[in-house]
Amino acid sequence: MNIILRTEKLRVEFKSREFRQSPKVALRGLDLEINAGEVFGFLGPNGAGKTTTINVLLGFVRPTSGSASLFGIDVRQPIARQRIGYLPELTYYYKFLTAEELLRFYSRIFSLPRAEAEKRIDAVLKLVELESARKRLIKTYSKGMQQRVGLAQALINNPDLLILDEPTSGLDPLGRMKVREIIQRLKSEGKTVFFSSHELGEVETVCDRVAIISDGELKAVGRVGDIMGPRASLEKAFLDIVGYQPQSAP
Amino acid sequence: MNNIFAVAGVVIKELYRRKDFYVLFILTVVICLVMASVNIYNDNEIIRYIKALCLLLIWISSLVIAITTTARQIPVEREQRTLLPLLAKPLSRPQLIFGKFLGCWLACGLVLVCFYAFFGALVASREHAWPLLNYFQVAFLHWMTLGVVIALTLLGSLVFAAPSSNSTICFVIVSAILCVGRYLDVMALSRQEPVRSLVYCIYYAIPHLEIPFEMRNLIVHDWPLIGWNFVALDALYLLAYAAAFLIAACLVFRRKAVN
Repeated sequence: MNIILRTEKLRVEFKSREFRQSPKVALRGLDLEINAGEVFGFLGPNGAGKTTTINVLLGFVRPTSGSASLFGIDVRQPIARQRIGYLPELTYYYKFLTAEELLRFYSRIFSLPRAEAEKRIDAVLKLVELESARKRLIKTYSKGMQQRVGLAQALINNPDLLILDEPTSGLDPLGRMKVREIIQRLKSEGKTVFFSSHELGEVETVCDRVAIISDGELKAVGRVGDIMGPRASLEKAFLDIVGYQPQSAP
Repeated sequence: MNNIFAVAGVVIKELYRRKDFYVLFILTVVICLVMASVNIYNDNEIIRYIKALCLLLIWISSLVIAITTTARQIPVEREQRTLLPLLAKPLSRPQLIFGKFLGCWLACGLVLVCFYAFFGALVASREHAWPLLNYFQVAFLHWMTLGVVIALTLLGSLVFAAPSSNSTICFVIVSAILCVGRYLDVMALSRQEPVRSLVYCIYYAIPHLEIPFEMRNLIVHDWPLIGWNFVALDALYLLAYAAAFLIAACLVFRRKAVN
C-alpha cells in the first residue's frame, strides 16, 4: 500500500499563558497512516485534537515531538502541500474578490500554467455549481455559497489528498448531500480524502476507514464495520470508545 | 517570486476596491482646489504656499494609506481565517510577508502617481511649468520612505494584535521621526550621561526619513535638482532599513502559530 499521510508519535503541547500552569497536551503520541485512494474519517469529541492534528499536517502548528509527513515529505516543507487541497471549518474568503479571481490567485500559488488554470477554474466552479455567480464579489455570497467556494479552492490544483475539517458544518441538508456527493466522486477518481466530522451517519456512508481520538490519544482505527463490531451503529461504537457514560434520569 | 507577485496582486486589488484611497484623494483635491481658487492679499507668491500645503497633504494622505492598508493585512487574514487556506498551499511564510510588503508598496506607488499627477496639473495651471525631474526626485524618495513605513508597520502587525493599536503606534513613531528625528543629536548634547548616550543611540538607530520629507522644498522654492548620486544613496539607505524590518518580520512570523 502507498502511504500518503503518516504521523509518528506526534505530540503537541500548548504552553499556558498563566504563570506556573502546566502546558496543555493536545496530542499524545499520535500514530496514523493513510493509504492512497481511501476515504478516511477522523472522529472525536470537541477538544479531542482533530483540528490540532490537521494544523500540524498543514504546517500551522509545530509538533513538540514526533513527526508528520505528506507524500513522504516533512510537513514543515512548503512543497509537501503542493498536492493537497484543504477546506477549513467555517472560513471566509477575500470579500473584495470574485470567485473566479480567488481561484486564479490560488492557481498562481500552485504555479499552474494559465491555460490549465482557466480549465481547472471552469471545472471546479461547475462541480460546486457556482458558474452563474463566478463574477460576483464573494461578499454577496450566502454561507452555503461561501462553503462551496471553499470546496472549489480546495480542488483547484486537482489534489491527490484532500483534507477537510468538518466540511458540512453549518450547511443545510442539501449542501451536506452535495459535499457527500463530491467526496464520493473524488473517491471514484482515486483521490485520498481525510476528513474530520461530527456527522457519524455521513462518515458511515462515505468512509473506508475511520480513526477515533479522544483527549489527544488514538482510541481506535480500522474499517467502519470492524469499529462498529456487534453494535447497531457507528454512533454507539463511538460513544463506547470515547467512554461516554449516560447519566440516569432523576 | 511567482508566489510573492500573486500575493502582491491581491493586496493591490484590495486597495483599489476599498474606499480609503478615493476618500483621501478627493479630500486632498478639494482642499487644494479651494486653496488654489482664492488669492489672499493679492499675493503673487501665493502659489508657494499652495504647493507647500498640497505637498504636506499628499504626505499625510500617503502615510495614512500606507499605514492603515498595511496594518490590517495579516491581522485581518488571521481574524477572518483566510490565512489558513492560503498557508495550506505551497506558500512559505517569508513569501507571504514579502508579497504583502510588495503589494502595499506598489499600491502606494500607484497612489503617489495619482497624487503627484494632480499636484503637477495644479501647479502647471498657475506657473505654466512642468519640472518633471524635480517631481520625479521628490516622488521617488517619498515612495522609498513609504517602503520603510510599510515594512515597519508589517513588523508591528505581527507584534500587536489589533490593527488600530499598530496603526497608532506606527503613526506616532513616523511622526516623531519626521518632526524631531533630526534634532536628537543636538538634544543629546544638552543632556547628562547616561541619557546622552541613550539619545545618541536612538539618533543612530532610527531611519532618518526627514531628508525625503524636506525635499518638498525642492518643488516649493523651485530649487535646482540635487545630485542623482545623493538620491541613489538615500534610496539605498532607506531600502536597507526596509529590508531589516522585513527580515525581523519574517523571524517573528516564522515561529508564530497561525491557528
